[in-house]
Amino acid sequence: MIDYQFNIADLCFALPEVFMLSAAVVILLLDLYTSERFQNLTYYLTQITLFVTGYLAFTLIGESQVIFDGTFVLDTMGSTFKIFTMGFAMVALVYTRHYLKVHNLFKGEYFVLALLSILGMMVMISAHSLLTIYLGLEIMSLSLYTLIAIARDRATAVEAALKYFVLGAIASGLLLYGMSMIYGITGALDIAQIATFATSATLVSEQVLILNFGLVFLVIGIAFKLGAVPFHMWVPDVYQGAPTSVTMFLSTVPKIAAAAMLVRLMIDGLGAMQAYWSDLFMVLAILSIALGSLVALMQSNIKRLLAYSTISHIGFILLGFATGVIEGYGAAAFYVLAYILMSLAAFGSIIALNKQGFEAEQVSDFRGLSKHSPWFALIMLVVMLSMAGVPPFIGFFSKLFILQQVVSAGYVYLAIIAVVFAVISAYYYLQIIKTMYFDDADKEIVVSAPLDMKVVLSINGILILVIGLMPSYWMVLAISLF
Amino acid sequence: MDSLLNILIWLPVLGGGLVIAIGNKRSDIAKWVAVAIAVAVFALSLTLWTGFDTSTSDMQFVLDLPWIEQFNIRYHIGIDGISMPLIILTTFSTILVIVAGWEVIQNRPADYMAAFLMMEGVIIGVFSSMDAILFYVFWEASLIPMLLIIGIWGGQNRVYAAVKFFLYTFLGSVFLLVSLIYMYTIQGDGASFSLAVLNDLPLTLTEQSWIFWAFFLAFAVKVPMFPVHTWLPDAHVQAPTGGSVILAAIMLKMGGYGFFRFSLPITPDASSEFATVVIVLSLIAIVYIGFVALVQKDMKKLIAYSSISHMGFVTLGVFSLFSIVEMGTDGNIIGSLEGVYLGLEGAMIQMISHGFISAAMFLVVGVLYDRLHSRDISTYGGVINSMPKFTGFAVLFAMANAGLPGTSGFVGEFMVILSALQANFWYAFLAATTLIIGAAYTLWMVKRVFWGPVTNSAVSTLSDINNREFFILAILAVAVIVMGVYPQPVVEVMHASVVNLLEQALTTKLPVTL
Repeated sequence: MIDYQFNIADLCFALPEVFMLSAAVVILLLDLYTSERFQNLTYYLTQITLFVTGYLAFTLIGESQVIFDGTFVLDTMGSTFKIFTMGFAMVALVYTRHYLKVHNLFKGEYFVLALLSILGMMVMISAHSLLTIYLGLEIMSLSLYTLIAIARDRATAVEAALKYFVLGAIASGLLLYGMSMIYGITGALDIAQIATFATSATLVSEQVLILNFGLVFLVIGIAFKLGAVPFHMWVPDVYQGAPTSVTMFLSTVPKIAAAAMLVRLMIDGLGAMQAYWSDLFMVLAILSIALGSLVALMQSNIKRLLAYSTISHIGFILLGFATGVIEGYGAAAFYVLAYILMSLAAFGSIIALNKQGFEAEQVSDFRGLSKHSPWFALIMLVVMLSMAGVPPFIGFFSKLFILQQVVSAGYVYLAIIAVVFAVISAYYYLQIIKTMYFDDADKEIVVSAPLDMKVVLSINGILILVIGLMPSYWMVLAISLF
Repeated sequence: MDSLLNILIWLPVLGGGLVIAIGNKRSDIAKWVAVAIAVAVFALSLTLWTGFDTSTSDMQFVLDLPWIEQFNIRYHIGIDGISMPLIILTTFSTILVIVAGWEVIQNRPADYMAAFLMMEGVIIGVFSSMDAILFYVFWEASLIPMLLIIGIWGGQNRVYAAVKFFLYTFLGSVFLLVSLIYMYTIQGDGASFSLAVLNDLPLTLTEQSWIFWAFFLAFAVKVPMFPVHTWLPDAHVQAPTGGSVILAAIMLKMGGYGFFRFSLPITPDASSEFATVVIVLSLIAIVYIGFVALVQKDMKKLIAYSSISHMGFVTLGVFSLFSIVEMGTDGNIIGSLEGVYLGLEGAMIQMISHGFISAAMFLVVGVLYDRLHSRDISTYGGVINSMPKFTGFAVLFAMANAGLPGTSGFVGEFMVILSALQANFWYAFLAATTLIIGAAYTLWMVKRVFWGPVTNSAVSTLSDINNREFFILAILAVAVIVMGVYPQPVVEVMHASVVNLLEQALTTKLPVTL
C-alpha cells in the first residue's frame, strides 16, 4: 500500500476547482439579491469565473501530482482538458445568452447550474479514484438534469429531463456495479493501485474473469455518457426536448470530461486489459457510426438530426481509442476538439436564428438563409461540410488521423466501413446545405443575434477552416497529452 | 519562380474571396475584378509554358514545405509535362466561363464568378500536387464550388443533380483515401505520402489489385467511365452553362489525370493485369454511349453523352499500352514504342482537345438557351436564318466534335486509334466506329437545330451573337483549329514526361521470380 497523506498545502493544486466552487456559491448568493436590472451581472461574473478558472488551470500546466490520499491527480492532460472545457464553455454561454433572452429563460440559476456541472467535469477530469470519478459524474449529471428542466413550462423539456435522469441513473448504477466488482477483486479504489493489480503476472483466471465483468460494466457506463450505440437511446430525445442552449451545452463540453473518464478508467487503470476493451470499443464505434449515419437520414428536426450526427462522431472518437496506441488516443482527442468546435458552431447557428417567440428547430427553418444572411449561411456551410469530412476543413483531418491510426493498427476493413458511412452521412449534411442555398426563401429570415454572439460565431466558423489548414500544432498537442 | 505555382493556386482562391466581399450589390465591379483576376492567372500560367524545360521529366516549379509533420504530409507542388497543359487549359477555360456568365447570370452574379475563381485555384492545386494527401484535399475541395454552382444556378432539377454529383464523386474518392493511408502505414519508419515515394513503393499483386480498384473507382467516376457515368448527364443538364463547361472541360480531366498520375505508376502490375477490363469498358463507352447520344432530345444531354464517349478514348489510349509493349528481362522495352507514345500522347491530346470542344459545344447550347430558355432540339430548326454568324461557329465545333480532320478532335482520336491498332485490330475497329456514330449524332443535331425550315416562330426573332459571345467562340475556334493543324508543341511539352511514365508503368513492383 502506498501511504498517502492529506496535506492542506495540496489544496493549491486543486485551486481551479476550489475557485470554481467558491465562485459558483458567490454568484448564487449575488443573484438572489440583484434586481432584474442587473440581470447581466450573473452572466458576466460567470464568464469571468470560467476565464479565471481556465487561467488557474493554465498556471498548473507542467505540474504532475497525485494528491488527497490518491483521489485526485493533477497532470498535463488534466490541466489541458480543463482549459479547453473552460474555453468551450465560455463560447457556449455566449450563444446561450441570446437564446435565454429571446425565450425569457434568462435566470441566474442557469449559470450557476452550468458552473456546477463544469465543476463536476473538472472533478471527473482530475479523478484518480473510482469514487472521485463517480462523484464528479454525479455532480455533472445532476446539474445537467436540472438545466434541461429549467424550461419548466415546456412539456418536452421536462420529459427530456426525466428521461435523461432515469436512464442516467440506470447508467450510474451499472457503472457503480462495475466499480464494485473492480474494487472487490483489487481491493483498491485508487486508479494506480488498480493498474498495478491488473498488470501483475500472478492473476488467476477467476480474477481475470471478474476484472473482465467489471470492465464490461465500466464500458457500458462510459458508452452511456458518451451516447454510443446501443446506449444512445436517450440522446435524440434529450437533444430534441431540451432547450437548444442546453442541448448545445450537453453535446459539447461534457464530452471532454467523458473522454477523460475513459482515459482514467481504461487507459490509466485497466491499460493491461486493453485487448479486451479495444474490441468492445470497436463494436460500439462501428455500431454508432452506422446507426448515427443511417437514422439521421430521416430526421427533419435539426436538433434530432444533430443528435444522430453526434452519435456517429462519437463512433469515430471511440475508434481512435480502440486502436490502443498513443497516436490513436491523440487522434481521438483531436477529434473531440474538432467535434466540439463543429457542434458549437452548428448549434450556435441554430440559436442565431431564434428570435422573440420563434424557436428554430426544423431543418426547413434554414430555408433561404444564404439570401438573407450569406455570412452565417457560409458558416453553416463550412460546419456541415466539415462534419461530413470534406477537406480542407477540420472534420476531414480529424477523420484522416483516426483512419490513419485504424489502418495502421491493421483494421483496414473498419476504415472502409467508416468511410462508407461517412459518405452516407454526407447526404443529410447536404440536405441542410440544400435548404440554405438551393431552396427558394419563402419568408424573410434575419439573424438577430447580438454583436458578441455574431463575432464569436464567426471566429468559431473561421477556426474550423483555419485549424483544418494548419492541424499540425493541435495534433502534436493532442498526442503529447498521453 | 518557385512560388509561381503557389500564386496560381492561391490568387484565384483569395481573389474569389475578394469578389464575394465586393458583393452582389456591386456586381459590376465584382465582374470586372473577377475577369481581371482570371486574366492575370491565365497570363501567369503562360509563364509556366515559356519557362518549362521540355527536355526533362523531372518536376519543375517545385515548392516543398512541411505541412502536417507528424504524418510527414507536405505542401509539395510541382508540374511536369502531363500536368502543365491541363493547368493552362484550366486557366483558359475559367476566363471563358466568367465572360460567358457576364449578363446571363442575374442571380447573385458576384458569388457565381467567385465560385469559378475558387474552383480554378483548387483545380490547379489538384494538377500540381506532389503529395497524395494534398492531392486528395484539393480533389475533394473542388467538389464544393461545383456543388454550389449546380445547386444555386442550375435548372429545374438542380438539387437532385447537385447532390447526386457530390455523393457519387465523394463515394468514389473515399476509397482512394483509404488506399493512400494504407500505402502510408505499410512503409514503416520515415513513411511519406509523397508521390515519388509511392511510385517506388513495392507492393504485392494482391495489394496492387485492391489499390488499383480503389483508384479506379475514384477516377472512373470522374472521367466518367461506363457504368459509373450516370451522374454526368444529370449534372450537365442541370448545371448552368459555365458549370457544364468547367465540368466537361476540366473536371473530367481530373479523372484522366488520376490514371496518369496514380494508377499507372503506383500500381503498374495491377494496371497491366486489369487493362483489358478497362479497355472493354472504354469501348463500351465509346460505342454504346455514342448510340445513347444519338437518341437524346435534349441538346445538353446529347453533348454530355458525347463527352463520355470521347473520354473513352482517353482510357483506351492509356490502357492499351500494356497490349503493345512489355518490359523485357534485360530492362529494355519490347514492342513498338511509337505505338505506345501515340496512345499516351493521344490520350493527353484528346483530353485537351475535348476541353476546347466540349466547352465550345456547351457554350453554343448556352447561347441558344439564353435566348429561348429551351434545350430541346425540337424547339429549334432553321436557326441559321436568324443567326448566321453563330451558326458558322456552331457548325465548326460540331465538325470538331465529330472528329473532322483539321480540327483538334481528329488528332487525339486518330492517335489513339492508330495506337489501338497495334494492340488489337478489334479495339481499333470499334473505336473507329465513333467517327461514324459521332458524326451521326452531332451532325443530325446540327441539321435539326440549325438547318431546315423554321418550325418555331420564336426562332425567327432570335438575335445573332453579340460581341462578347463572338469573342468567346472565336477564341475557342482558333484553339480548336490550331490544335488540329499543329499539335506538335503540346506533344513536345509532354514527351519527356510520357517517356518517364511509360518506364514506371512497365517496371514491375513485384519481387523478381527466376
